[in-house]
Amino acid sequence: MKEAPHMTENKPNYNIREYLAYLGAVALEDRKAVFVGTGLPIIAAMLAQKTHAPHLLIMFEAGGIGPNLPELPISVGESRTFHKGLIATSMHDIMSLSQAGYINYGFLGAAQMDRYGNINTTVIGDHDHPKTRLPGSGGAADVGSFSRKLIIIAAKQSKQTFVNKVDFLTTAGYLTGFGAREKAGLPRNTGPHRVITQIGVYGFREATKELEIVSLHPGETLEAAQANSSFPIHIPEVLETSPTPPPEYLRILREEVDPMGIVIGK
Amino acid sequence: MRHAPYWDLKGERMSITDKRGVPQSNVLLEGQGELIGWYDPDDARDWVIQNKSSQRKNNIVSIEEAVKKYIHDGDYIASGGFGHVRVSMAIVYEIIRQKKRNLVMAGKTAVHDLDLLVGAGCVNKVEAAYSFGHEMRGLSPASRRKVESGECVVAAETSNAGYQWRFLAGMMGLSFIPARTLLGTDTLNHSSCKVIEDPFTGKPVALIPAAYPDCAFIHVHRCDMYGNSQIDANSVEDFELARCARHLIITTEEIVDEELIRREPWRTIIPFMVVDAVVQVPYGSHPCEMPGLYYYDENHIAEWLDLSRTEEGTQQYLHKYVFGVRSFDEYMELVGGVRQMSYLKRREFLQEPMTAPWRK
Repeated sequence: MKEAPHMTENKPNYNIREYLAYLGAVALEDRKAVFVGTGLPIIAAMLAQKTHAPHLLIMFEAGGIGPNLPELPISVGESRTFHKGLIATSMHDIMSLSQAGYINYGFLGAAQMDRYGNINTTVIGDHDHPKTRLPGSGGAADVGSFSRKLIIIAAKQSKQTFVNKVDFLTTAGYLTGFGAREKAGLPRNTGPHRVITQIGVYGFREATKELEIVSLHPGETLEAAQANSSFPIHIPEVLETSPTPPPEYLRILREEVDPMGIVIGK
Repeated sequence: MRHAPYWDLKGERMSITDKRGVPQSNVLLEGQGELIGWYDPDDARDWVIQNKSSQRKNNIVSIEEAVKKYIHDGDYIASGGFGHVRVSMAIVYEIIRQKKRNLVMAGKTAVHDLDLLVGAGCVNKVEAAYSFGHEMRGLSPASRRKVESGECVVAAETSNAGYQWRFLAGMMGLSFIPARTLLGTDTLNHSSCKVIEDPFTGKPVALIPAAYPDCAFIHVHRCDMYGNSQIDANSVEDFELARCARHLIITTEEIVDEELIRREPWRTIIPFMVVDAVVQVPYGSHPCEMPGLYYYDENHIAEWLDLSRTEEGTQQYLHKYVFGVRSFDEYMELVGGVRQMSYLKRREFLQEPMTAPWRK
């Protein structure tokens, strides 16, 4: 892969998982509600809360609302998820609030995805004779149904993960394209907003709801984006470069959010 | 399974009757998953009327008796809490010790409990919302091995909201609850849900069938001898699960006087009339967390995740921690006793640093 000129002089001082966490964090606005899943989404939400979004309302499916996360929760149901929180409630409450429209952002990881942002986290291979059994939907199909803006972190973009047809459609993206979510009965004005991979940040074309690149990470190329996808990647008229993390974000990420490197690595 | 998506069928409807012979005039899609633990609401009511009582009685029993009396081979079971949080591990170990077989389990963010029960050969059928994983700790080697080899069957898929709304419909005495989740997915195609045209909006809506587990087991912070229970944390889906389950075993950190319950009745999550058995098991969630009391025992979880990578290792773990001890007290001594539990208490209160021994 060809490196951009400025990168050869100055290698990035962060690893890719740190960068994904940073990009996830900056995708979240202050004073909005976010429904977070396990792994990188928690890290990103924690980082946002400790930097530009101190009033970010974090919600966990098991019942925690509005915590001040004191350390990285290992489970989205544990006591850290309502530490100094506003309410420790039930899954019925969180899912109902989400269905009723109280969630701005949903935040999920993806094992496999297609051009419409449909996600598979259930099984690789045939459902009844799986090659690899994954955990299944969990709360993902619900977050994907109810979030006004769904952010997907697909940490390993490749031809195997960006596929023409997912082995199992666990969580609805735009299904078969524009208008299909509404026709299927999902709430209107919902669906995937951003997909963040190790190569770039993607959005969805308004007319077709097909994946389109929004920004390339420093040092990455359109060729790499296309070479690591089984379907064609749309290119907009204006292509941005993904932002570089300020030192303060990296310090907080490493010292306060995930000092053990459980998610971001060492 | 049908070829075109149900929303492109333009007025065409499903067959006249479903698998059970019930007329399906307005059904757009029927999920192909097995309908587990569902009863006609009238039959469910009759069962409650014949088996539950508003007469308070001392429900305290031993853990052996509770499992012997309320969990039978082939039963559909559900475990309370969430993931590695507030799980009745004492009941899980006892089910393994009594060698229950052919159990069907609700995979409602079932993590450590389900992994052990599948790994030990007690559960061989799962309805999966979130199963075979340990959240940030990775995937579950033992139960995945059983699913990938076909020894354990995933009879239906659903989502977390989908599962807990099965319990909600059950506790409400309804046959289903409508919801706007799962629509358009294979998760729905492999679930026991149906899609109809909502008669108010004209839009497709998912119908989530009620669930009535044969037995649920829930670990709580405190309860009285009758089973009136308090949970000092998020209730997850235990409010609903407690009320829809046919039998309910409560395990508790402590049994308190009824007076204490009556002093602050707004803290009661589960009332006695849905409870069949009460078992006092301090630290009964170990190695899982009990919010406000003790944190996960990460070393123990790591030991399981490591050993369970092979069938021999799984058996080795079970022989050491389940079959090799006569009681939960003996198990507690084996895993470090008072010293370990006071460490886990300090971890819960953020007075000890994080550890992640399972990290690769």
